[in-house]
Amino acid sequence: MLRLEPRPQPSRALSLLSPLLALAVTVAVGVLLFALLGKDPLRALQMFFVEPVKSLYALSELSVKATPLVLIALGLALCFRANVWNIGAEGQFVLGAIAAGWVALQAGPEPAWLGRGIVIAILVAGVLGGMLWAAIVALLRERFNANEILVSLMLVYVAILLLSYLVYGPWKDPKGYNFPQTIVFDAVTKLPRLAPRLRANVGSLIALLCVAATWVFMFRLYRGFALQVGGLAPLAARYAGFSAGGALWTSLLISGGLAGLAGAIETIGPLGQLTPHVPVGYGFAAIIVAFVGRLHPVGIVFSAVLMSMFYIGGELAQSRMGLPKALTGVFQGLLLFALLACDTLIHYRVRFGADRFAR
Amino acid sequence: MTPPRLELSGIRKQYPAVLANDDVHLRVLPGQIHAVLGENGAGKSTLMKIIYGAVQPDAGSMQWNGQAVQVKSPAAARQLGISMVYQHFSLFETLTVAENVWLGLERSIKLAQVAARIGEVAHAYGLEVDARRPVHTLSVGEKQRVEIVRALLTDPQLLILDEPTSVLTPQAVEKLFVTLRRLAEGGTSILYISHKLDEIRALCHHCTVLRGGRVTGEVDPTRESNASLSRLMIGAEPAALRARADTQGAEVLVVKGLSLPRQDPFGVDLVDIGFAVRAGEIVGIAGVSGNGQQELMAALSGEDPRAPVGSVMLQGRDVGRQRPARRRRAGLHFVPEERLGRGAVPTLSLAQNTLLTRTGSLGIGGWIAPRRLRSLAVKLIERFQVKSGGPDAAARSLSGGNLQKFIVGREIDARPRLLIVAQPTWGVDVGAAALIRGELLALRDAGCALLVVSEELDELFELSDRLLVIAKGRISPSVPVAEATVERIGEWMSGLFPGGTAPTPPLPEPAERAHA
Repeated sequence: MLRLEPRPQPSRALSLLSPLLALAVTVAVGVLLFALLGKDPLRALQMFFVEPVKSLYALSELSVKATPLVLIALGLALCFRANVWNIGAEGQFVLGAIAAGWVALQAGPEPAWLGRGIVIAILVAGVLGGMLWAAIVALLRERFNANEILVSLMLVYVAILLLSYLVYGPWKDPKGYNFPQTIVFDAVTKLPRLAPRLRANVGSLIALLCVAATWVFMFRLYRGFALQVGGLAPLAARYAGFSAGGALWTSLLISGGLAGLAGAIETIGPLGQLTPHVPVGYGFAAIIVAFVGRLHPVGIVFSAVLMSMFYIGGELAQSRMGLPKALTGVFQGLLLFALLACDTLIHYRVRFGADRFAR
Repeated sequence: MTPPRLELSGIRKQYPAVLANDDVHLRVLPGQIHAVLGENGAGKSTLMKIIYGAVQPDAGSMQWNGQAVQVKSPAAARQLGISMVYQHFSLFETLTVAENVWLGLERSIKLAQVAARIGEVAHAYGLEVDARRPVHTLSVGEKQRVEIVRALLTDPQLLILDEPTSVLTPQAVEKLFVTLRRLAEGGTSILYISHKLDEIRALCHHCTVLRGGRVTGEVDPTRESNASLSRLMIGAEPAALRARADTQGAEVLVVKGLSLPRQDPFGVDLVDIGFAVRAGEIVGIAGVSGNGQQELMAALSGEDPRAPVGSVMLQGRDVGRQRPARRRRAGLHFVPEERLGRGAVPTLSLAQNTLLTRTGSLGIGGWIAPRRLRSLAVKLIERFQVKSGGPDAAARSLSGGNLQKFIVGREIDARPRLLIVAQPTWGVDVGAAALIRGELLALRDAGCALLVVSEELDELFELSDRLLVIAKGRISPSVPVAEATVERIGEWMSGLFPGGTAPTPPLPEPAERAHA
């Protein structure tokens, strides 16, 4: 008989090993799934784990996907550590894209005095857009004690509809054959690329800077400490005098700002215009990224890369092997499931047979 | 010769981290009041749960009236004739006494019969309980009587009482003892779990002492002294406290006209609280829990910054509306009663936990220097003899006593002007309790003002220079500890002091009781 026995101390080794174990379980289930679908499992695994890192071009594509995931997940990790359940990063991402797009539309081919500096203005606009959307959540929570899970989730749909209204209506490209999209932004607004012919851009470097900054905030700044105490032990935070409202606003504004930044980078990076297809689910996938990365900035980088491999692998499996695109979501979900299951092992050990001392 | 009512031999229970019981023998005779004495964590509760069938032992046997038995569940224990009264009550507040008792009985019995039986049992043992009263109108002592009556309705041969006096005033304790003696005379055996030495010596016929899961003594408590019992219990005598100094300084804390409506619907309104604490003295606040202690602490520490203007003055400055951090900077430090989750964050290390109240090591812009944090934690661990895995050990890995030493030490080390301590030694082993009390006295001798809130009267008498009593959100006049008696403080605890509220008068005697 299989039995779970609580450990006296959580196992450190397993808390590091658990994500790897979860990955192994995901792969094993994946192999089984491909075999049942009548496809060559080895070839399918190759699509997910080899193709996305095979060449410089592939790596560049990987960085394009991973950048928004890292940025959003950093903010979410901060929220979750503060016990603020912001699951509406997708909406904050969209608002960032809208704000960035608005500034880009104003720019014209030769922005008056900013020149290339317009890019910075666009990124700042993105941050502010995301913050604004998150601020609504914080305000409603503080004033009316409205549940932030519901409010932030609902605001995702408002944001998506707002984007649709803009690109179907006032911001539609007059020469766009009535397609719901804005004009392609002028070249001057484009995010600088890291190398010619590759889509990788400076957004990845910005994301890495944010990783470092978040690490410092979490582990070296008193404000970050206070925020996390509020999540770990609200009574202790009250005793110490850390304000709960402060933690709510700080975590939501930072997380909204980072999601908005991701939206801006996406808009003037790979997209170059606004369409109804700006939201592709990064905001939701980042929730998984944050947890698989153990809510730790460095862990998030690794898990974001992994999730991006799933995105790219899913597309490849669709185009080259005729597998359904939903497979990406299946894989991502499997990974989170497996991780939650494996985490049990951190606090419990598995025993075989009956109770040691039972008579 | 009649066989013993209950005989345990070789009982062993292993939990993942601790050996809770190891080769425990226990023999209870019919009609005997048998004390089980031990510190927190000595294995008393586990042993009782084994007897009551809530936990199965890993090894050992149990004999009941000479027959070998295995108690598989509390229901089986009740079938045998074993009843247990837990430390925490399990009563529905909105139901009446009779309805509450009825819930645990067979359905075939009518409510009126239950009420009549309650009347009979209550009368027979001098437990005054009105079966028709809703439970929420009862005092704590009355609720406990209901629990005991409920246990007695099954005519138990063995009654287990777990720390029954922790919520009672001294007068209520005396009443309880009368009842228990009467029960024992009727042939019921009683297992009395406690760590209060005076009570055991006053009440019990026999005493089994547990330490670290093993039996360390079988004594007749009436022939022992507190010192000899505590030697058996902790393996050493608690250090004697130093004589008190009588230098008294200026008023550090002045509370005047502090009235606060409750924030929590189950809280207590504070009504016109007024008292002062001087430098170099310890003022103790006695009272049964739930009489406004929590609310008063929150108003003084700053967790509840709604105090009326001028009602909380610290060294002449009005701090009543300041946040905890500002009050701390002004020299007011506070040790809350809950250690884990309030005084310390369970999952964070001791070093990180210093940051809750000690911000001196922070750099510019609130920069945390881990090295300085750890050195502060190391200093506290050494100075206050905290047994731990070092500054990086998680707070929850410490025992209650050691964590309390760390938290109290953290606040003492900050050199406060005024230290407020709630339940300084609540659930702490005797050795740690002695160390903490010694440190509090040393702090007083160094000229700090101290305010100690405790439910343990012994502790307050030992520590304080002056005593106050809080009852129903009002505070009594202060009395020097030399002039205070346990009886007077006990009366005050039920609100009978000048300016206090008398307890609500009991309902008229029910007619049926007269016939019972």
